Amino acid sequence: MLLAIDKVRKVFGDHVILDDLSLDVAEHEVVALIGASGSGKSTLLRCVNLLTEVDDGTIHLDGEEITDPRADPDLVRRRIGLVFQSYNLFPHMTVLENIMLAPVRVHRRSSDQARAQAMQWLDRVGLAEKAGAYPDRLSGGQQQRAAIVRALVNSPRLLLLDEVTSALDPELVGEVLTMIRELKSDGMTMVLATHEMGFAKQVADRVAFLDGGRVLEQGPPEQVLGDPVEPRTRQFLARIIEAGRL
Amino acid sequence: MSRTPSTRQQERIAYRRGRAVRSVLLAAASTAVVGTVLTVGITGAPGWERVKESFFDPETAVEYLPEILQGLWLNVKLLVICATLAMVLGLLIAVLRTLRGPVFFPVRAMATTYTYSLRGLPLIIVIYLFAFGIPGLRLQGTPDVLWLGAAAITVTYGAYLAEVFRAGIESVHPSQIAAARSLGLSYRQAMRHVVLPQAVRRVAPPLLNDTVALQKDVGLISLAGPVDAIRAAQIGVAQSADFTPYVVAGVLFVLLALPLIAVTDWVTLRAARRQNAGS
Repeated sequence: MLLAIDKVRKVFGDHVILDDLSLDVAEHEVVALIGASGSGKSTLLRCVNLLTEVDDGTIHLDGEEITDPRADPDLVRRRIGLVFQSYNLFPHMTVLENIMLAPVRVHRRSSDQARAQAMQWLDRVGLAEKAGAYPDRLSGGQQQRAAIVRALVNSPRLLLLDEVTSALDPELVGEVLTMIRELKSDGMTMVLATHEMGFAKQVADRVAFLDGGRVLEQGPPEQVLGDPVEPRTRQFLARIIEAGRL
Repeated sequence: MSRTPSTRQQERIAYRRGRAVRSVLLAAASTAVVGTVLTVGITGAPGWERVKESFFDPETAVEYLPEILQGLWLNVKLLVICATLAMVLGLLIAVLRTLRGPVFFPVRAMATTYTYSLRGLPLIIVIYLFAFGIPGLRLQGTPDVLWLGAAAITVTYGAYLAEVFRAGIESVHPSQIAAARSLGLSYRQAMRHVVLPQAVRRVAPPLLNDTVALQKDVGLISLAGPVDAIRAAQIGVAQSADFTPYVVAGVLFVLLALPLIAVTDWVTLRAARRQNAGS
């Protein structure tokens, strides 16, 4: 297993967000996390990236326990990319500078090498002419694609995507989803929290339904989204269909 | 490509133009009234002739202008040195106050004590303590009172600027740090490349404003003895038994401050515009 989450628990005050949650992700696998707001999808991704400390349980990446307090979080994060719902590009840097920051400062690559690699990626996702622009001159979809590139130039083993299309206007969602679909065909291992059920169906190898801080049901998208076993999953999907999102 | 506006739009334009003309006329009239009242009130005062002689005497002004200007040059040098050092000190203290972890407790405590006490302590007292207290220790290599006075100004303003920088650091959204850390940057790298550049940009207007305040407070160094513009004016007052040198020094300080104030306004305006234009 590339990622093994075992009985992870996270409590904020007396609110249990993750309740002994377990989930495994194999190499090249794409897992979609679905579930209502507050079901713990974002918290789970933040725990895997060590931005949030777990209160119990273990997380292994490539067989190494990353929840061990002796593990260096900076080294772990270099192997895990995280893309946020609100892009979180650095507003005082151009798109190119945003992307070059980690390769130059963290991986100590030469700036020529980092620039060449960044431009190659920007070219590939159709943002080459935006390289010198500041984030506030980009549309939401362009910002999110730049943010994904920023995570990818670290050559992560695992890419975590936290509701990456939720802040976008409907007509901009497509360009970001196309990019994720391409990453899947490259063989990138991804865990994505999403509200886009249609997209989860297309791109995910497995869908996991989170409820009450646990994985209540998981399996192939056709089964979980089409013919769920658990009544809670049915209820959730019924509400989604009602809202016109499936 | 010009098209004739509709009659309704033409009416609107004409109405607005009329209002604008009316505003200008009103402003001119009220300025004239206030100016006349002030002039008549001051020059008509019973003691005006004496005040004019002892505060606005052209001959005395010309006589002491060279000395005061020479003193002002010292103020300018002090301003540049103190402002630079106070910014470095302030930034350092602000960063120290953000450090987390038990190891840094003494550092944090010292930085906090420093900003609390030096902001409360009047600058005059700090100057006295530094300029007269430190030489009193009779240590070898005690620097000149000029340097001690400059140090007093620097540590006092450093405390204010530290708080300005800290406000800037805290105004950067935590998600920016999360994004930086998620890329593998260490806390220090995230601070240096992501948080501080944004923080400094945001607090540029208040920083410059404090520099304007510093500009006139460097004059307090005269209390310790060095002959700056204010000291030179004081000597002139004593020699001529006339207050005009003070007025000369005051005017020079205002002239010195004008460019800095203009820059501050410009930076503030630009920052506000960027804020509005931003997402």
